[in-house]
Amino acid sequence: MAQLTSVYRTAGLRARPGLLARIDLPRRIVFLAAASMVAIVALLLAFIAWQGIQLFVKDGVSVGTIVSPTWNPLADKGPQFGLLPFILGTIYVTAVALLISAPLSIGLALFLSEVAPNWAKAIVQPALEIFVGIPSVVWGWLGITVLVPFLADTFHGPVVVSLPIVGQVFSMPGFLTGFSWLAGSLVLSVMVLPTITSVSYDAFRAVPQELRTGSLALGTTRWQTIRHLLIPAALSGVLTAVVLGMTRAAGEALAVQMVIGNSPTLPASITQPVTTLTSQITLDMGNTVFGEPWQDALWTMSLVLLLISITSVVLVRVINKRRLAS
Amino acid sequence: MNTGDEMPATAIYQAPVLRRVEVATPRAADEATARTEEVKISTDHVSIKYGEKVAVRDVSLTVQDRSILALIGPSGSGKSTFLRCLNRMNDLIPGASVQGRVCLDGENVMDPDVSVVELRRRVGMVFQRPNPFPMSIFENVAYGPRRRGLNDRRKLDELVETSLKRAALWDEVKDDLRRKSGLALSGGQQQRLCIARVLATDPEVILMDEPASALDPVSTLRIEELMRELREAYTIVIVTHNMQQAARVSDVTAFFTMAEDRAGYLVEVGPTGRIFTRPNERLTEDYISGRFG
Amino acid sequence: MTTTSNPAMGRSAGPKPSLRRKASRGSILADRAATVALWGTGILVILILGAIILHFALAAWGVVSPSFILSDPSRATLGGVMPILWNSIYILVLTMLIAVPVGILAGIYMAEYAGDNGITGAIRFAEESISSVPSIVVGLFGLILFVDDFHWGFSALGGSLALTFFNLPLMTRLSEQALRAVPQEERNASLALGATKWQTIQHVVLPLAIPGLITGIILTAGRVFGEAAVLLFTSGVGTPPHYNFLNFDLTNPASPWSPFRPATTLSVYIWNLNSEGLGAFKNQIVDGSAAILISMVLIFNLGARLIGRLLTRRLTAA
Repeated sequence: MAQLTSVYRTAGLRARPGLLARIDLPRRIVFLAAASMVAIVALLLAFIAWQGIQLFVKDGVSVGTIVSPTWNPLADKGPQFGLLPFILGTIYVTAVALLISAPLSIGLALFLSEVAPNWAKAIVQPALEIFVGIPSVVWGWLGITVLVPFLADTFHGPVVVSLPIVGQVFSMPGFLTGFSWLAGSLVLSVMVLPTITSVSYDAFRAVPQELRTGSLALGTTRWQTIRHLLIPAALSGVLTAVVLGMTRAAGEALAVQMVIGNSPTLPASITQPVTTLTSQITLDMGNTVFGEPWQDALWTMSLVLLLISITSVVLVRVINKRRLAS
Repeated sequence: MNTGDEMPATAIYQAPVLRRVEVATPRAADEATARTEEVKISTDHVSIKYGEKVAVRDVSLTVQDRSILALIGPSGSGKSTFLRCLNRMNDLIPGASVQGRVCLDGENVMDPDVSVVELRRRVGMVFQRPNPFPMSIFENVAYGPRRRGLNDRRKLDELVETSLKRAALWDEVKDDLRRKSGLALSGGQQQRLCIARVLATDPEVILMDEPASALDPVSTLRIEELMRELREAYTIVIVTHNMQQAARVSDVTAFFTMAEDRAGYLVEVGPTGRIFTRPNERLTEDYISGRFG
Repeated sequence: MTTTSNPAMGRSAGPKPSLRRKASRGSILADRAATVALWGTGILVILILGAIILHFALAAWGVVSPSFILSDPSRATLGGVMPILWNSIYILVLTMLIAVPVGILAGIYMAEYAGDNGITGAIRFAEESISSVPSIVVGLFGLILFVDDFHWGFSALGGSLALTFFNLPLMTRLSEQALRAVPQEERNASLALGATKWQTIQHVVLPLAIPGLITGIILTAGRVFGEAAVLLFTSGVGTPPHYNFLNFDLTNPASPWSPFRPATTLSVYIWNLNSEGLGAFKNQIVDGSAAILISMVLIFNLGARLIGRLLTRRLTAA
């Protein structure tokens, strides 16, 4: 058989790679693409932080205003830029939203990972993906056309809970207009449900099957296995899910703004209107002029929002670092 | 047998109420063993199918109380599948169905009335790969009793100590019970932890599915030693690929193999000494002498 | 019985409990209750989603029609959404043109090149941070950067860039996943033949990752299409004028093809109509717009699943 003469130029094992290869252009390009995200975050932080401190640096407002409860930017005698109503409003609305949504979402995640037969999973999982895709303004519109009137009509009078013998146990004023803290929390809870569910679901799936088998072989019921083995084992993942849900809820602007009533005072009960950082920014930004203290206060509010979200990223890392250490 | 200074584990639970069940007579085909104990487990024409495929066909055998039965045979002969129907773990596999009777102390466990949870407490299982829970050693062992409602601290402490002693792990972990995670132990220790965990539920039968195959030889010998000790109080059924292990450890050996249609079946069962020296069946002899499998 | 070396061994004699005795009636009851409750959550989600789709289908029944989609908005009559829908599509395409290449390239870096070092850690932290930042804050950032500093005013390009920033982590993560899903054996085979790393990525890994990449693109597109808060502050809000599609002068803000003009999209339009509150037909217009939005989301989502499955099947069966 004739010997195959090489059609390739043999460079030899010790030959130095050409200039192009040494530069490794592809690697640099893809690195730039990935590193751009670092640049974006850095810029974002820088710009928002710069604008956010103008209220203190340029306008001379004291830093303590952040926790002052009086918000009155149009006062003649001295405009007040207390941010407490908004900070508390964000906390209130987010907390109740989590209270409603977290148990439901975790339950749904358990349903999908432990209980649901394949045909049920094939219906619920796409449903969740569609849930995720519904734009926030659509949720807000649903809230304003369906939920708000419902609350106003059904619970117009004071909500009173009384038991026999004991008498009145609990009462709170009814929904005047329906625009309220509760409406905001309800809308937010459906919006964060898919987030908490999918992250929790991943956490439950990550628990090895042999642990479940070991527990059942010891003579426990499925619910006992879930409650005493599965949830503790997946705890860091579930906590991460709740923190991510909380971040999304705190950062939601338009849907919340449409249904909460937007009165810059602290609500006395969940049936009353409330305002959040995001909704106030959305409302006021268009009415203010760049450079005036009112708008600077809005920028400070955005800085607060940014800090909340960075904190939650760090929080998630702390939760998961402890898990890796064990 | 009771040395007196150890409180038997069953006394910690509420005393169960029932009259004794009649003892089933040993099957004539199996030769009488030296130990004349009552029959603990008997299976009567048990077949197991996964969907349409027959995995195990028509197995009838008995297990004497406080003896060790070894199931040996080549891969795919249905030993593990058969083992799993003794504590109804096959229920967890979708599409699995079991025909025939499986009796524990004369009661058919396949009955729909039977509480599977209760069955698994009395018939415990140790798996091929140790699967300790991501909890402390103490919590691992206390897991079963806690789920049964036992939360008294003093009683749990005693129960955990007793179980760990019976599993020959106590001395190695007694200082770290609550601080060390079950996952931080070596492979052999983890398996003994899993055995202690099963013992804490006060079972009567312990099923072991190739318990030492994932362990090193030294740990394997320790587990075998442990099995011999456990035999004093428990009935043990073990699946093993290791014939020497079966010969070392068991009282009775059952040889399974795969038929042409890939269903597993029981070829022969009898006292271990006889099976390994004068087996009745040709297939058994071939397997033992290494001609196949 | 013989004593053993293990002094702990020993069983008490005594009557054996029947298997029929309910192990702990409480725990079996709790198990049943839990199963019912968990099924309940699944059913609840389906019911809510079904109710929403039904609600919008009914509400938009008389509204959404070819004329609604194709005609201009109007105050007096039930106007259409044509320019607004155009803007949504325009911004979607513009955003994807930028975000998809950058996202895939970034995903390639993370999946193929990134080592376990500080820079990779910084990139991941940046990824997580941008994902957590509220969309409104990204919009405000775009306001400072594009609207003010670059002096573009409200512009489609500003909106698209801001949207790119916001969705880059998602596109990167999905691309990285798609690339990691390619088995290592394929890369090994290529490298063993003397190919370079980049050649391996270009000719072996990327083609195999295409189904996953396409799914990632479609899912990101779905998110971009429905976005409002970011665009509110970058591409502006208002009712667009009539668009002359024959005007191809890209520098002219009146041309619908120019990226340097304000561009109100469907989501922003909904919010605007709601807050303005004017017009007798406001409710119907919004219902119709919302129905279009939801339909697009459904199409994107189901499309992503179907195409992903189709492509995977063709690739693995071939």
